[in-house]
Amino acid sequence: MNLNHVLWAVGLAILIALPFLAPPYFLHLVIQILIWAFIYTAWSLMGRFGFVSFGHGAFLGVGAYVPALLWNYYGLTPWLGIPLGVAGAVLLAIVVGYPCFRRRVVGHYFALVTLALSQVVLLSLVAARDITGGSLGFTQKAVGHSWYALQFPEKGYFYVIAVLLWLAGLAAWRSIDRGIGREALEAISEDEDAAAAVGIDVMRQKMRVTIVSAALTAVGGAIYGQYVMYLNPETVSGIAVSLQIVFAAIAGGVYSLLGPSVGSLLTLSLTEGLRVWFGTDYIGAANTIYGILLVLCIIFMPQGIVGSLQGMRRRGAIAKPLVTLDRQSATRRPSSAAQ
Amino acid sequence: MDIYLLEAIINGILLGGVLALLALGLNLIFGVIDVVWICYADIVMCGMYAIFFLYAQYHVPLPLAFLIAIIGIAALGILVHLFIIAPVLDSAPINQLLATGGLLFFLQSFATLLFGTDFRNIGVRLPVLEVATIYVSFARLIAFAVALIGAVALYVFLKRTYIGTAIRAISQDREIVGLMGVDQRRIYLVVSGIGGALAGLAACLLALQYDVHPFIGNTFGPVIFMICVLGGLGNMIGGFIAAFVISQIIAIGGYYSSTELSYVFAFTFFIVLMFIRPRGLFAP
Amino acid sequence: MTPMLSLATVSAAYGSFQALFGVSLDVARGEAVGVIGPNGAGKTTLMRVISGILPMRDGTMSIEGREIGGLPAHRVVEQGIAHVPENRRLFPRLSVEENLRIGAFIPSARARFAEQLDWVYQLFPRLKERRGQPAGTMSGGEQQMCAIARALMSKPKVLLMDEPSAGLAPIVVQQVFELVHRIRAEGLTVLIVEQNVQQVLDVVDRAYLLEVGAIKLSGTAAELKGNSFIREAYMGL
Repeated sequence: MNLNHVLWAVGLAILIALPFLAPPYFLHLVIQILIWAFIYTAWSLMGRFGFVSFGHGAFLGVGAYVPALLWNYYGLTPWLGIPLGVAGAVLLAIVVGYPCFRRRVVGHYFALVTLALSQVVLLSLVAARDITGGSLGFTQKAVGHSWYALQFPEKGYFYVIAVLLWLAGLAAWRSIDRGIGREALEAISEDEDAAAAVGIDVMRQKMRVTIVSAALTAVGGAIYGQYVMYLNPETVSGIAVSLQIVFAAIAGGVYSLLGPSVGSLLTLSLTEGLRVWFGTDYIGAANTIYGILLVLCIIFMPQGIVGSLQGMRRRGAIAKPLVTLDRQSATRRPSSAAQ
Repeated sequence: MDIYLLEAIINGILLGGVLALLALGLNLIFGVIDVVWICYADIVMCGMYAIFFLYAQYHVPLPLAFLIAIIGIAALGILVHLFIIAPVLDSAPINQLLATGGLLFFLQSFATLLFGTDFRNIGVRLPVLEVATIYVSFARLIAFAVALIGAVALYVFLKRTYIGTAIRAISQDREIVGLMGVDQRRIYLVVSGIGGALAGLAACLLALQYDVHPFIGNTFGPVIFMICVLGGLGNMIGGFIAAFVISQIIAIGGYYSSTELSYVFAFTFFIVLMFIRPRGLFAP
Repeated sequence: MTPMLSLATVSAAYGSFQALFGVSLDVARGEAVGVIGPNGAGKTTLMRVISGILPMRDGTMSIEGREIGGLPAHRVVEQGIAHVPENRRLFPRLSVEENLRIGAFIPSARARFAEQLDWVYQLFPRLKERRGQPAGTMSGGEQQMCAIARALMSKPKVLLMDEPSAGLAPIVVQQVFELVHRIRAEGLTVLIVEQNVQQVLDVVDRAYLLEVGAIKLSGTAAELKGNSFIREAYMGL
């Protein structure tokens, strides 16, 4: 048994003990951290291979709103609503992802196309205000403790769900990290043509990781919705939440298993801590400091927090950028060579 | 033709002018420095606040307030380059995108902290013109005219001056301009300053029409990126034309449905077009 | 007399890959000097180091006795060195005349822009005909003319030419070497890198042989033409 196993064991023991020891407010924070950690991990499945998506706000929004709407209007149980929401997000991922990859929309262009997707979902949710409540938000019909409705007023249930969800996210990350697809994807992010030339099915690999990432993000959105029982287009879709996802995942580090989780832990406890610290008199103070830290983090810790710590541990390791974009985009500068 | 539709189209053209101005600034920065300022619309927001406080709060005459805002935002552009872009110039493109994204968070939250989330209006009421039963806001007309003048001034500057020629050259061959005696770092500062000045000018024009609040950047920021990408990132003429295409979609879409849906149309149009022409409408 | 351009034990590297190992060479005022050698010998690197695109690792470099080692590229031009880069590297979407205007970017050249423009148009009448055309749409030979003219616009004392004949049709290559003659006649000092050994030895006074980043051999053009190693390895005779 090495140090890593010990750390995992201690970590899990703490997670199991938490609901019995922690005050409700603290538990609430931990549940949020876990759910967002799951979402950030889902994003990093794509992000680590250089597909920087600003479209996860769209998957999150669809995943959250579909089951909530179906529940309120048709009384459909989230046990069916969530898979439908996930299917919707996957469909969206395919409809946008496939042509993107086919037409080689990469780098800045990919980032901005997916950003537009986020905005489409956000604005559609606002525009359909007769159904969704628009920017005022949407509250699910509460029925108290119910497995059928997947509603639990006691935090303990959601705590268990969040832990399981988080572990499932880590398992997905690990299976891609350990699988043969990883090398293929790394080759693709290095040089797509070369990867195709050695027989890698570029399309299939990209689509696979995109679909998994979108599906998990939608699940995260659904569970988040079930937990907080209130949805707002601005908090589950659009540019703001997409940036939040990208930032936290990258700040933690997308190349390590726990990187996105650390990103979630740090960003949420930071904003929450700052919020408590400044109270309600200084709205915006917390995010101001958060913004400064983000910029500093990107300038001084370009490999993310976990990556930088690991880098310090094994000094001399080759520095990796936060994320390597597809090479075409990294070198595609308007130069005479391209003429 | 339906008179209201015509009105919508005219308003679309007028809106296109301001969007085109912003697209020019963003495209200039991207074409020359190869960095996308995600926070560009939020820099415009800073300019709008500057005008609001100078004019409505401290009663500085409006033209002077405009001038101070333009100069101030140009300086802000230079500072953004010096403190945020320059340190990450050699990093992966996505890090640069994220650094300016961090600035976006900062600017929005800092504005919330300083000014709260209230909507503020500078309170200048310009008349509405009635031309053959079509109503056209005078503020929009001025905005359109000034935006066009700004675009022409930029064009002349780029075309006629040594620095302007160097700015165009640098986007075609980054390495070789040094051999001509052009100091790349200085050009970057000049371009950031011009980009800022254009944002400041746009702030003046928008302040006449809209209320300012900390998150106003979110409403038109994504539209500007879309316009730039549609025109071909770095392609200033393409961006200029794309601004009018998008503003028409928004205006006509808004006429037939709601404002939000009109933006949904515009973004969807953008996504679909990216599949048809991945390097922009006007890519060779 | 101090040489026009002087390099002493200059070394340079791309990251950990060293490309030049203690290169020393002199070019006298008004002289034309060639640097020949195989692909990958470091010829282009040498040019890039002199003009400051690639920083020098070690050694000294001076023009008319003034140290220029370590200056960034845009400062080197001000010292009177103009570089015609490999593959011409014109700004393809700028017109011919705009390319020439960029060539006169440094303040001392701006002041004399009209005068210099007349001069290069006189040297290359073809460019005057094509002044409004985007540079990228011209033929290879015309582009080479434009690249040389662009370098001349800064009114340099030393002209560095990197493979001016590369990628051009044989008849155009001939024209390019005639251009070198004309430029010399204007009193410029020329340092020219070429793989086209036979023809370059016809236009230069002296030449250096660069192999694996170091000077192997040097001499007058006539000496090198007679050297059996050069004849066998580089002229295929």
